[in-house]
Amino acid sequence: MGRLSFAAIVLVTGLGAQDRPQAFLGAHVIPIAGAEIENGAVVIHEGKIISVGPADEVELAKDAERHDASDKVILPGFVDTHSHAGNVEGGDGSAPIQPDVRALDSIDVRDARIQKAQAGGITTSNIMSGSGHLLSGQTLYVKHRDGKTIDDLLLYRTDGNLAFGIKMANGTNSRKDPPFPGTRAKSAALVRERFIQAIEYRDKVQAAEGDSSKLPPRNLGLEALLEVLNGERVVHFHTHRHDDIVTVLRLANEFDFRVVLQHVSDGWVVADRIAASPHVVGASLILIDSPGGKLEAKGVRFETAGILDRAGVVTGVHTDDPITDSRLFNRMAALAMRAGMPRERALYSLTMAGARMLGLEDRVGSLEPGKDADLVVFSGDPLSVYSQVLETWVDGVKVFDRSDPKDRLYAEGGFGASHDQEATFHSVVEGEFE
Amino acid sequence: MKRTAGIAAALAWLAASTPAAAQLAVRGETVHTAVGEPLQDAIVVIEDGKISRVGPASEVEIPKGFRTLSANVVTPGLIDARSTIGLSGYLNQRHDQDQVETSQPIQPELRAIDAYNPKEALVEWARGYGVTTIHTGHAPRSLVSGQTAVFKTRSGQVEEVVVKALATIAATLGEGARRAGKESPGTRAKMAAMLRAELIKAQEYEAKRSAGSDEAPDRDLRLEALGQVLQGEVPLLVTAQRSNDILTALRIREEFDIPIVLDGVAEAHAVIERIRDSGVPVIVHPTMMRSSGETENLSFETAGKLHAAGVQVALQGGFEPYVPKSRLVLFEAGVAAAHGLGFEAALQSITINPARILGIDDRVGSIERGKDGDLALYDGDPFEYYTHCVGVVIDGQVVSEETR
Repeated sequence: MGRLSFAAIVLVTGLGAQDRPQAFLGAHVIPIAGAEIENGAVVIHEGKIISVGPADEVELAKDAERHDASDKVILPGFVDTHSHAGNVEGGDGSAPIQPDVRALDSIDVRDARIQKAQAGGITTSNIMSGSGHLLSGQTLYVKHRDGKTIDDLLLYRTDGNLAFGIKMANGTNSRKDPPFPGTRAKSAALVRERFIQAIEYRDKVQAAEGDSSKLPPRNLGLEALLEVLNGERVVHFHTHRHDDIVTVLRLANEFDFRVVLQHVSDGWVVADRIAASPHVVGASLILIDSPGGKLEAKGVRFETAGILDRAGVVTGVHTDDPITDSRLFNRMAALAMRAGMPRERALYSLTMAGARMLGLEDRVGSLEPGKDADLVVFSGDPLSVYSQVLETWVDGVKVFDRSDPKDRLYAEGGFGASHDQEATFHSVVEGEFE
Repeated sequence: MKRTAGIAAALAWLAASTPAAAQLAVRGETVHTAVGEPLQDAIVVIEDGKISRVGPASEVEIPKGFRTLSANVVTPGLIDARSTIGLSGYLNQRHDQDQVETSQPIQPELRAIDAYNPKEALVEWARGYGVTTIHTGHAPRSLVSGQTAVFKTRSGQVEEVVVKALATIAATLGEGARRAGKESPGTRAKMAAMLRAELIKAQEYEAKRSAGSDEAPDRDLRLEALGQVLQGEVPLLVTAQRSNDILTALRIREEFDIPIVLDGVAEAHAVIERIRDSGVPVIVHPTMMRSSGETENLSFETAGKLHAAGVQVALQGGFEPYVPKSRLVLFEAGVAAAHGLGFEAALQSITINPARILGIDDRVGSIERGKDGDLALYDGDPFEYYTHCVGVVIDGQVVSEETR
């Protein structure tokens, strides 16, 4: 199943990609990997980056299409480690732990917020279900390609399997009436119980040695948890309060799973503990314009990003779309910089930090030859309020162009900017729908 | 932390030793007065809490003994034109949420000054970024939710910080006013009908009261509050997001000849001429407000378009149902500035324009001789994401020197 889809996605990418190399010349290039380049060039071909360097040193094929990018700034497409775009859904009210539920089965790719993310320079997202469960389901890593169906947006790992993580939460959001937990201790107890079930399930499968009469009944939820336990899947753990963060570290240590700490409002309280945990892949932060708004997040501070980064934690930011606006994702990093994160680390938090947290650092997050041709073209300093995203490219295909009135509508707002893309009979039949 | 405590202690000493206000001079490499061209290398002198001189450093001498602050950029203290902070608190628990009372849909007698908490953390937070004056009060969550008031953001009891105890009466046409089940108003038409009926009741009450003697009805605080609107003394602040709701507000204004201020106006871009022709001022939704439900058609460019059409525009921190429940008007103005409003108009939308709309421009909103000594100090362009607010002055007192 996985391999079949893998072939399909290569086909889609191949069709969309430009036949000729595309050369962006004269830009201020911020590769993230390595120093910023004045009067730089980025060349892409067949969905991949071919070269990055000073404009006068880059070799150009004769048939390369040249884009004058002088006075513009180019950097890697942004990676949003926590989004709810596409009106994603996860588990229902029947149980607090539902690892068999997949975001894949619930995303509306025509949701305008998918386009708005393109308008904000976001090229890769981790789309997740909510935090009202201890475990609300499997997340989905997507590329913000122009898509008619979810299949057009999927990301595959090198083994051919879909790229995704698991969404978990602790604290107050998942505390409800039974069968949900009523306290924090009960929350941890239920998680522990389910991970132990997964271990026992694995042991039974191994003991059966392929004998179908001895195999336990198949359990898709426990199979997903086994992928967490064997290190294949990362847990994206919603957690705010300092003691809840430490509980996450305790669980990760007990069951030896890899975890991305999501939100981490009190991260500044326990930065050293987070940095010391070998289980933490990274911390993904949301910076909120005013303090509190919910009790467990009353410690949220702009300074936390810089504090965690300095402590040695891979620190990224996220939109939590629709909690903050995907079109202003760069603002999140700029606020982190305002509160003490160095500029180059703030840029890293939008790009490479997220790529590492999603395990996609070999493909996205920086401008390096061989990586996916995911670019954002800014009108100026990408951390300035006055700069606009002019173009967004995914896998070598331009998916956002501010000079196109349709795209500009998503970027600025107005009538129709928040509606699903219309798939009228006419537009589909005529092939105008994109 | 220690540094902050030290500053706080110093300020407490300062306040105790000079009860009226410190004598202060602020020098800015650029001083934006909000009512004219920016001044380069200029000095603002504040005596006894009021601005006494403004001008180039070459012309203005700092009086002896005056404390002097300096900054890259100096602006008037900012004004948040529409907020609920102080009534709504940052913990978002039952005990700090006094911005709406839901027992009845029309309660213009509810006073903001009876609910405002000057020590609320959100007030301190806004102050730290340069907001020195807030127009706050009852939220757009009921047909007529109550009164609003204007306060200085400095610490102190309500009576010490109030600028205007009754600024507006807050009404809502749209989703915020809609009630569920069999409760009214359940529809937009019913909202307008109920508002009309109540205004007519207030007219009749006033007529009978002024006729005097036997005919006079018992006192009714609710109708008296609306009477102040009918007499033109207090504007009705009408939150209306959809274009049809905006036009309903303008229709009711004409029918009753009452002063209104439009609030929210997510779809104003569709009825700009109608708003301009009415002469009604507008407090636009937070620029970064979420676009969903009745605000799905909002635009970053609305403030810029209204300003370009000649409408008096102010910006706000607003009130939303989920985090961030209150936004920072400085940040909202920055995004508006970058999306068509431009720097100077954006600064005016959070200084002199709200001062004029709220009728407090004799005291605040610009750096001019005779006005309150309210200033915000920045280490660069105030709207830039990574610029810091480095000082805040209210009534001549330095209330913050933290870098934010």
